[in-house]
Amino acid sequence: MNLNATLILQSIAMMIFVWFCMKFIWPPLLKAMDERRERIAEGLAASDRAEKALEEAKSKADDELKEARNKAQQIVEQANQRHSQILDQAKDDANAEKQRSVSSAEAEIAQAANQAREELRAAVAALAVKGASKILEKEVDENTHRELLDKLIQEI
Amino acid sequence: MAGASENLTAGEYIKHHLQNLTFGNHPENGWSFAHGAEEAAEMGFWAFHVDTIFWALLLGFGFFFMFRKVAKAANSGVPTRGQAFIEMIVEFVDENVRDSFHGTSRLIAPLALTLFVWIFFMNFMDLIPVDWLPWAATKVGIEYQKVVPTTDVNATMGMAIAVFFLIIIYSIRFKGVGGFIGELVMNPLNPKELGMPKIVWPFVMAFNLILEVVSLVAKPVSLGLRLFGNLYAGELIFILIALVFTAGAGFVATGLSSVFGEHIPAWFWIVATATVFATLWLNMKGKLSMGKTALLLAVEMLLVGGLAFLGGQLMHFGWAVFHILVITLQAFIFMMLTIVYLSMATEHH
Repeated sequence: MNLNATLILQSIAMMIFVWFCMKFIWPPLLKAMDERRERIAEGLAASDRAEKALEEAKSKADDELKEARNKAQQIVEQANQRHSQILDQAKDDANAEKQRSVSSAEAEIAQAANQAREELRAAVAALAVKGASKILEKEVDENTHRELLDKLIQEI
Repeated sequence: MAGASENLTAGEYIKHHLQNLTFGNHPENGWSFAHGAEEAAEMGFWAFHVDTIFWALLLGFGFFFMFRKVAKAANSGVPTRGQAFIEMIVEFVDENVRDSFHGTSRLIAPLALTLFVWIFFMNFMDLIPVDWLPWAATKVGIEYQKVVPTTDVNATMGMAIAVFFLIIIYSIRFKGVGGFIGELVMNPLNPKELGMPKIVWPFVMAFNLILEVVSLVAKPVSLGLRLFGNLYAGELIFILIALVFTAGAGFVATGLSSVFGEHIPAWFWIVATATVFATLWLNMKGKLSMGKTALLLAVEMLLVGGLAFLGGQLMHFGWAVFHILVITLQAFIFMMLTIVYLSMATEHH
């Protein structure tokens, strides 16, 4: 309980520990803490900036989407137009083709009829010759001839 | 328990626990360790409390290496748990310094940190059961051992005196020698401002000087004695509780000795301790309900030491819990007052 030289040693020890702390402990710790504080502040600012950028990007994306939609609409309209164009063209083409084939068919038919007529004529002539020869071999009976001639005429 | 086994009276037990291990120049024995308080007193001023110095240095270096390890590895990245803990303390001290000290000084914050942590560590020694370390010391042949440096008035006054010198150095640094002396003699009664005749100035100044010197000296004295008084009283109460507890154990030991003979065998204490640990262990494993655990523990306590033993344990526990507050608070007060005194030294009144 009595005061003695321990007092002095304790004072010296305290000053030495304070010096240690001042030299080796306080500066690096404070430096690290201040640096971290700065980094956190920077990080927060960066996150704010990123948020803003995100919003900007979002609105930009919206704009672009709108534009793309418009473009798509245009393209669809164009395609529709083209579609109807093509359809009309095809119709016209088909009509023309039809016309052509009909007319060619008619021409063919006409040709065939003419040919048939020619053939018929030839056949009538032949038949007439045949009938005449038959008539010449037999007596000419008017009635029978009439009948024959009618038949002939019928045949023609 | 140590008291009972060493056959000391209560007074001797307390005296033994309050005696520092003193090394000094005894008028008859020369440089040697003191055997008892009288010899220590006879050594006069040039003696050293070896235990105080040893524990103070050990804890100081403990503080230094603990903080140095973190400071070396400190970086601005994600902190480890240890780093976060140390930084919490540093930030706490730094905040207090910023709030109270308005000058600029590179010394003041590290000084506050050192004082706070070091004094807390020294105070913390008070929570180690009072008999353990002294008992271990007697086993290796050291007669006296006081393990709490802050219960030695030399340690607390030593620190307070160092703070006192810092106060004077700061006063002179920030106000100059003239300013410092002027503050001592022109306060609280300023003869110039009061318009006194020149003839009474020396008397007024002498009166001022006496008042101011008293208030200046009162700072380190109150700083050192406050810490010492609080810790000394706390230590004393721990010792008294230990005595109560010892007396209770001795009382039941009379009953036990009728079973075991005069000496209670060591294995009895070992078995008793093991039983308590086993009960707690089973509780932690979830194999015992809280109610059963409490009942078993109570029965074991009763068997081992009786109700007095239980009372002693509870008192010791209660006082230790309260003391956690005291040791932290006293370390904090010492730190805060140091900052405030130095802040006052740098400001003009």
